[in-house]
Amino acid sequence: MIRKFFAGLLRLWLVPVVLAVWEVATRAMEHPFFPPPSQIVVRMRDLWFSGSPSTLWMNDTALGNIPNSLGRLLAGWAVSGVVGVVVGIWLGRSPMFFRFVDPLIQFGRALPPPALLPLFMALFSIGTRMQVATITFGIIWPVLFNAAEGARGVDPLHLETARVFRFSRARRFFTVILPSATPKIFAGLRLSLSLALILMVISELFSTDGIGSMLRDAQRSFDLRGVWGAVILLGTLGYLLNQVFLVVERKALTWHYSAKKLV
Amino acid sequence: MRLNVRRPLDSPLICGALGVLVLLAAEEAAGRLGLFSTLQFPLASTVLVNAAELIVDPDFLMDIVATVLAWALGLLLTVVVAVPLGLLLGSVPPVERALRPLIEFMRPIPSVAIIPLASFIFSERLDMKIAMILYASTWPILINTMYGLREVDPVAKETLRTFGFSPLQVLWRVSLPSTAPFIATGIRLAATIALILAISTELLAGGSEGIGTFIILAGSSPDAVTLTIAATFWAGVLGVLANGAFVRAERRLFRWNAARAGATL
Repeated sequence: MIRKFFAGLLRLWLVPVVLAVWEVATRAMEHPFFPPPSQIVVRMRDLWFSGSPSTLWMNDTALGNIPNSLGRLLAGWAVSGVVGVVVGIWLGRSPMFFRFVDPLIQFGRALPPPALLPLFMALFSIGTRMQVATITFGIIWPVLFNAAEGARGVDPLHLETARVFRFSRARRFFTVILPSATPKIFAGLRLSLSLALILMVISELFSTDGIGSMLRDAQRSFDLRGVWGAVILLGTLGYLLNQVFLVVERKALTWHYSAKKLV
Repeated sequence: MRLNVRRPLDSPLICGALGVLVLLAAEEAAGRLGLFSTLQFPLASTVLVNAAELIVDPDFLMDIVATVLAWALGLLLTVVVAVPLGLLLGSVPPVERALRPLIEFMRPIPSVAIIPLASFIFSERLDMKIAMILYASTWPILINTMYGLREVDPVAKETLRTFGFSPLQVLWRVSLPSTAPFIATGIRLAATIALILAISTELLAGGSEGIGTFIILAGSSPDAVTLTIAATFWAGVLGVLANGAFVRAERRLFRWNAARAGATL
């Protein structure tokens, strides 16, 4: 166990090397756009992490922005997850419906989400509603497509069996179609989670709270260390979200595969 | 053999066109009936007329050219950098093990967050767009290339090795051809991301030309919403065309291989 832990640590040998090179190189360059990482960390602590340990060291600025951002991100992700899965499965099970809306979906997917931001700002005025709408619209496509593909790939034998046993529509959905589409749905949800972070930042750049607006403020006041700090903060957030998702996915899919084996 | 009776509703083309028409007509009717304010959201016909006017407007055409140029150059550079890097990482495990933690940390950094930083560093907007595209579109190509290399038939590789081929020859004769479809999928995904990044950079960092710049400038005109939707419409058309071209090229080049890599984007 301990040996495994150290072996894992050893594998990270390049990380301190890169950090050291980064520090030395930026100190040697003394370029205002490339502050050394040590200064970025100090700046991050001054700006956001000078609070008490009970709030994960976040101070009032951080507490006023980070939870809001996360809330909007998760709200948009949840809405697009539910809508995307339901509509996607419907699309996957009904070729006729799919034929009718396919061009619309292809078009919606091809729209670059940031280009929609001015439109959403005009429609909903700046605020949480507009931000959640932007996130939802921008990230729903991967879920939709993957759910449709998953639903299309349901084993016909399972469907026949469900028909023979006269499963109700709801029961067929929850016990046959949804479980067999789950791996694909998770692939889509994971893609849309990383997209959600991007759209969260974009949609907050023009607002007054959230990590995106912190980034904008730092940029406007030429606080380069603050800008770098915000980028690192967002990277860390993205990394953590992805790790949490992977753990949940592994749990959900282990159940899925062992259930498949039992059958 | 089953007799193939073609009914109109079996054709994706007819159904698709019907779907689009129904949606547009419903929007138009709802607007005309006063279900929503046409000041807040324009009628479908207004947008279509506007979009038609835009596409013959030489200024807007220059904007499209600027965006497409940045997109093409950026994508080309990404392919040149990411494919060899993916081949290196995928075929030399120690390099992959060492770089993995760095990749895992850099990949989740939202590309858009770097735009404010990049706007300090780059004075030339075209360079900045290309750099942003390079950063964001590298990942799908890199990951797909590495994934493809893992799927290469080990027997084929061993066979060549037994016959005395060098590792580089094995890479060239077996690994590369069998990884090609995965690389192509990666490039198609990267193309979508590259277009998003080109337009985002124009939107967020300003500049003098590009679809994103046009949308920002349109925001201050009296019929801002209509112009924005019309410009966004053409951005969407660009995306559909690019994706369609890549899908068609993939089907042509790799008819022998039905492998589909990664998740659908």
